[in-house]
Amino acid sequence: MSTLILVLLTGVGLGALYFLVASGLSLIYGLMHVLNFAHGAFLTLGAFIGWEVARRLDSASWWAFALSILVGGLVGAGVAALTELALIRPLYERHIEQVLVTVGLAFAAVALFEGIWGSDPIYIQAPAWMKETTSVLGALVPNTYFVLMAAATMLLISLVVFLRYTRFGTIIRAGVENRAMVTALGIDVRTAFLLVFAIGGSAAGVGGVLAAHYTGYVSAHLGSTLLIFAFIVTVIGGLGSLPGAAVASVLVAVLQQFANYYMGGTGDIIVVVALAGVLLVRPAGLLGRRFA
Amino acid sequence: MIAAVRKVPVAVPIGVGLAVLMACLPLLNISIPGVLPTPTYQPGTLALLSLAMIFAALALTYNMLLGTSGMLSFGHALYFGAGAYGLGIVLENLGVPLFPGVFLALIGGLVIALITGAVSMRVSGIPFAMVTLAFAQAGSVLVRRNAAVTGGEEGLSLETSGVPEWLVGVVNTRNLYWVTLAVLLLVYLVAVWVDRSRLGHLARATRENELRVRVLGLQPSRARLLVFVIAAVCASLVGVAYMLLQSGTVPRAVSADLTITVLVIVVLGGVGFRWGAIAGGILYTILDQRLTVLASSAAIESLPSVLRIPLSEPLFILGTLFILVVMFLPGGIAGTVDGWWRRRRFRKDAPGMPPVDDARAAGLDEVAEEPAEVRA
Repeated sequence: MSTLILVLLTGVGLGALYFLVASGLSLIYGLMHVLNFAHGAFLTLGAFIGWEVARRLDSASWWAFALSILVGGLVGAGVAALTELALIRPLYERHIEQVLVTVGLAFAAVALFEGIWGSDPIYIQAPAWMKETTSVLGALVPNTYFVLMAAATMLLISLVVFLRYTRFGTIIRAGVENRAMVTALGIDVRTAFLLVFAIGGSAAGVGGVLAAHYTGYVSAHLGSTLLIFAFIVTVIGGLGSLPGAAVASVLVAVLQQFANYYMGGTGDIIVVVALAGVLLVRPAGLLGRRFA
Repeated sequence: MIAAVRKVPVAVPIGVGLAVLMACLPLLNISIPGVLPTPTYQPGTLALLSLAMIFAALALTYNMLLGTSGMLSFGHALYFGAGAYGLGIVLENLGVPLFPGVFLALIGGLVIALITGAVSMRVSGIPFAMVTLAFAQAGSVLVRRNAAVTGGEEGLSLETSGVPEWLVGVVNTRNLYWVTLAVLLLVYLVAVWVDRSRLGHLARATRENELRVRVLGLQPSRARLLVFVIAAVCASLVGVAYMLLQSGTVPRAVSADLTITVLVIVVLGGVGFRWGAIAGGILYTILDQRLTVLASSAAIESLPSVLRIPLSEPLFILGTLFILVVMFLPGGIAGTVDGWWRRRRFRKDAPGMPPVDDARAAGLDEVAEEPAEVRA
């Protein structure tokens, strides 16, 4: 029983990490139809900068941890906003080219990170509590998972509040629904594009710092691996659907952890099989509408 | 895309001439310092050129997807890897001679392509890209995990007992070079055939307007799948050649990195142009090799770290180059040369016409101004 709970909770924790990456991807795709390959690079950059901040302070203290998350999020948002302005905006409405540019950015960024921080993983320090475990119904769950869950829950709540109760949120939701109509009403959707990129980038930056604590190290390839699972999550959940991304993140990660534990480490394969299954039955994803 | 279909009569003799020149290179003593590491008859240069031709051939197969059918796939490395690993596994475990082994490897690539292709085609456009990426990732994970069969992270080396002696070892680099050249020519001919056949026309029509093709009573999804499978089997063949050339393969052969490299090559060369894919493959390989040499040179070492770190990472330079090409040179090398050539030729025929009009009259307006519409 305690094993079952352990696997379940670690699955939910991993799902929280997926959601931090997938939420931005899904929002960006939903509004702009841009598949952002550079999202993994935002995440990696967040992780590296967060680590640099924490190690210059006292990396075992809580306030250094909090500051590293804040800085990671800000750096992610800043770089994402710059990317939108410099690379995505000039190629407005040319979706394939936009994908290609983000691919090029991811390619160059990983090489640059390797040049700056080396290609070996860097093991990181964390507050002592993060390395301990908490007993939940007899299962000893590492505390990092609770931090991940808290972060993802906060992100989900603030995104829902933002999208539902603010003017920009309304514009973004309307843009996902029918962008031509929003433009026709005289609203400049480009601000919304920039905002969505910045939000997604900051979620990825925070996700990067937390992913580093989850794996215990930072490396230039941290983002690339997570990005692929985030893609799978967004397709299964339905592209452009935030609740879909949330549900699919948890489902995929729990499935993955169960398969890893009970079926001899086949988690990654099972996830891809699940993706194929969802596509055969519901090509639009669990909570998605038809693809544009 | 009009540019890719229309035949330029001068191209045929140039192509044949280049192929003959490439075939004769191992017999000649040509040195190009700064570009090639050794004179052309020595194994160093022959190995580099062979690798360049492998990338060129792989880029050609990818161009069938992106250029002809407009499918942006991020899983093409899966089929390349299937060929390379397939040959390695068959030769090691079944003990068959080379040619049945190659046949089995190609069949393996075909089956994988049929299954993954059929599932991926449930969606199109950007979701298709993500799904193919997921499949390739699964393949990559399978290769890394099953170390007993694939050698895991260490890679799989070629079991040479079934391979004819004239294809083994550094002394026979020349023969391997010719084999690679033959594979490149074969893939090129297949690409020409696909582009000229009814299948290719249907695939191009689907790229431009799928709904219209369906209204005409044709089946776009079947044409797409067929092109996808042909491109995948050709990629498997290139993988087989790669396995023979390198006497082994590493997990990178099935990674998303490789697909992205091929995508970079095709876009640099010019999407939709067969010669662009070849030129891109050769340029990329030589640039990559030369930039690596440059990175460790004294001139770079002495620079301050702000300049030294980016310049000593060849992939950073290539990635930046790629972004610049996408943003400012949408047709890639081939598209730009082709556009320039057409404008020039037209100007000679009809002097005095303003340049904007002559581009339009030559049917270039889409290529020059709205590449997204043409290629999307």
